[in-house]
Amino acid sequence: MGLNLLWLVPALPLLGAIVNGVGAGKIPRKIVSAIGVGSVGLALLVAIGCWGDLLSMPPEARRFVQGLFTWVRSGDFQAEVRFALDPLGAVMMLVVTGVGFLIHVYSTGYMGHEKAYGRYFSYLNLFTFSMLTLVLADNFLLMFLGWEGVGLCSYLLIGFWYQRPAAVEAGKKAFVVNRIGDWGFLLGIFLIFVNFGTLDFATVFAQAPQRLAVGSAVATTIALLLFLGATGKSAQLPLYVWLPDAMEGPTPVSALIHAATMVTAGVYMVARCHVLYLLAPAALQVVAIVGAATALFAATIGLVQNDIKRVLAYSTISQLGYMFLGCGVGAFASGIFHLMTHAFFKALLFLGAGSVIHALSGEQDMSRMGGLKSALPRTHLTFLVGTLAIAGIVPFAGFFSKDEILYNAWLRGGPVLWSAGVLGAFLTAFYMFRLYFRTFRGPSRVTEEAKHHLHESPSSMTVPLMVLALLSLVGGFVQIPLMAGGQRFDRFLEPVFADAARVAGAEAQAHAGAGAEVMLMVISLAVALAGIFVAYRFYIADPELPVRLAERARGLYRLLFHKYWVDELYDSAVVQPIYRGSVGLWQRFDAAVIDGIVNGVGKQIERGSGLLRQAQVGYVQVYALLITLGAVVVVGYLALR
Amino acid sequence: MAGQTIPLEYYQLVAALLFTIGVVGVLVRRSALVIFMSIELMLNAVNLSLVAFSRLHAQMDGQIIVFFVMSVAAAEVAVGLAILVAIFRNRETASVDEVHLLKG
Repeated sequence: MGLNLLWLVPALPLLGAIVNGVGAGKIPRKIVSAIGVGSVGLALLVAIGCWGDLLSMPPEARRFVQGLFTWVRSGDFQAEVRFALDPLGAVMMLVVTGVGFLIHVYSTGYMGHEKAYGRYFSYLNLFTFSMLTLVLADNFLLMFLGWEGVGLCSYLLIGFWYQRPAAVEAGKKAFVVNRIGDWGFLLGIFLIFVNFGTLDFATVFAQAPQRLAVGSAVATTIALLLFLGATGKSAQLPLYVWLPDAMEGPTPVSALIHAATMVTAGVYMVARCHVLYLLAPAALQVVAIVGAATALFAATIGLVQNDIKRVLAYSTISQLGYMFLGCGVGAFASGIFHLMTHAFFKALLFLGAGSVIHALSGEQDMSRMGGLKSALPRTHLTFLVGTLAIAGIVPFAGFFSKDEILYNAWLRGGPVLWSAGVLGAFLTAFYMFRLYFRTFRGPSRVTEEAKHHLHESPSSMTVPLMVLALLSLVGGFVQIPLMAGGQRFDRFLEPVFADAARVAGAEAQAHAGAGAEVMLMVISLAVALAGIFVAYRFYIADPELPVRLAERARGLYRLLFHKYWVDELYDSAVVQPIYRGSVGLWQRFDAAVIDGIVNGVGKQIERGSGLLRQAQVGYVQVYALLITLGAVVVVGYLALR
Repeated sequence: MAGQTIPLEYYQLVAALLFTIGVVGVLVRRSALVIFMSIELMLNAVNLSLVAFSRLHAQMDGQIIVFFVMSVAAAEVAVGLAILVAIFRNRETASVDEVHLLKG
């Protein structure tokens, strides 16, 4: 197919977004679907072709750059619109177009009754374009364009049902919280430009080891500022608060943006900038600690939530924490691997949840579900695959990726980070099977009215579920450790992270040996099985047990149920002071000083005009007299001087 | 012509006097008709000085210009008086103070 078609990968969804956006409400639904799904489908085909071409190149030379045009030229500064494809970008590109395509197909079923169908697909395509720009960009500025683009689309799609105040609030919250992270990201970019004089990835990363000393203040500052951006976009502590609220958007949107692609932007960015992070071990330590803390923190909240989508939202935050933990201990390939498998099973889980919600006419509360196994056989089966994958049961994809992160955490991060990860894995298995048991097993608690409409979803929704279930099942096989010729995924990414190994030096080469690896693998598997067993005890064998436990540990339950009161804390510590300060500024400064200046100038001019107006009497002869006197003065002056 | 001629200053003096009378007339009189007549005075003052200079320099240019001035003045009076008659028919006045439509 030729790598020269690379530019089509982002361009096709952009075209779809423009056509569907301009023609929203005028184009018939079938054509909207064809454009929306077709543009991403074609992009997927082109992406696969480009990937094939990349594979045919020798591993060290696997980097293709395609410059389109100069975007900004100002003095010494120059930024190109230029796409680069390397193994890391290829993985991201395939995940975005592949999972994105399935979600587009699913959307034609899920959003079939929606009035603003064209607007929806326009936003969805625009999002795909932004994300592809982000992952294919060859410099920080173009990456930032994609970065902001996904933020914008996230805002538009969370607030898609803008008639609902909660959706509008959630969209606003996501936008503002992301803006805080973007502030850090932008400062990081400025600092890079100041130090390197360019924003090109290739130049910056090539010069970084010479220009910045390991552990230097500049390198650490850059890395931490970039990571602040990542915590915003990838919903990590302390900026994770927007993601659970983002569940106000349509469910396929939650799957696409808040599970599979957009939130992975931060992880991708950290992996892309790994050279900078390796020069700043302190920052890398921060990444690992924040990741592990988030993984554990979000998992505990997920234990007690009742909204099916909110549980998944917290599990997303938790899984993203694992990815950062992987990156933070220097195992960037493992982080990206978990990103990929997570994209499969989290999209599957969200779409499965969407199918359940669709079947129950919009019900999201798990206390009004249960026993849906027989009514929704396909959804049930695929959902079970996703649940097993995220819980980390062999041989599903999540097992391989999570195990690898935990292995690396043990090897390079130490026992504390590893224990946090393992505890998080136990909680993950527990709350995911809690979700599964309460939704699909046990007695039915579905309301009579919802029971009336109960139906399995159309094939446009179940086929993507099955494809994703297949990917969740086999997605991990590319990375089977310990086997001859194994770890193909690592080796595919090796050229990207090769310089990482060089910079990190020998310490990254540590290896625990096969015995320890198997040992750790068994532990993480046992932990996951224990989580499932506890969930079974709690929700199937003895359904009264959770209630009794919640009674006994009332304080803890309330703490978790109210999400540690973080939203309330932020509201009183950040939002309210800013709000009150703004009101004060408005009433004191704006109304008194600014308005005073503006109105004062107007009043003074009016008064001055009133005085000058006296000279204008309106009698032509007076004017003529004044003209004559003027002439006499001028002539007199010329004559007498 | 023989021997005694009137000096230039005399012409100039009369012309200046006529012009000043015209200017004052324009400035102080209210009647549009009188203002017209004052303007005619000013034009004729200029004519007088043109003829005087023409004679002094023994050239015909000044005298020719005087003819132009007179014909233009005649045309102007024709138009001006027509306007004046029209105003008088509508307003029953020829006072300029009462036709100051430009004042808001």
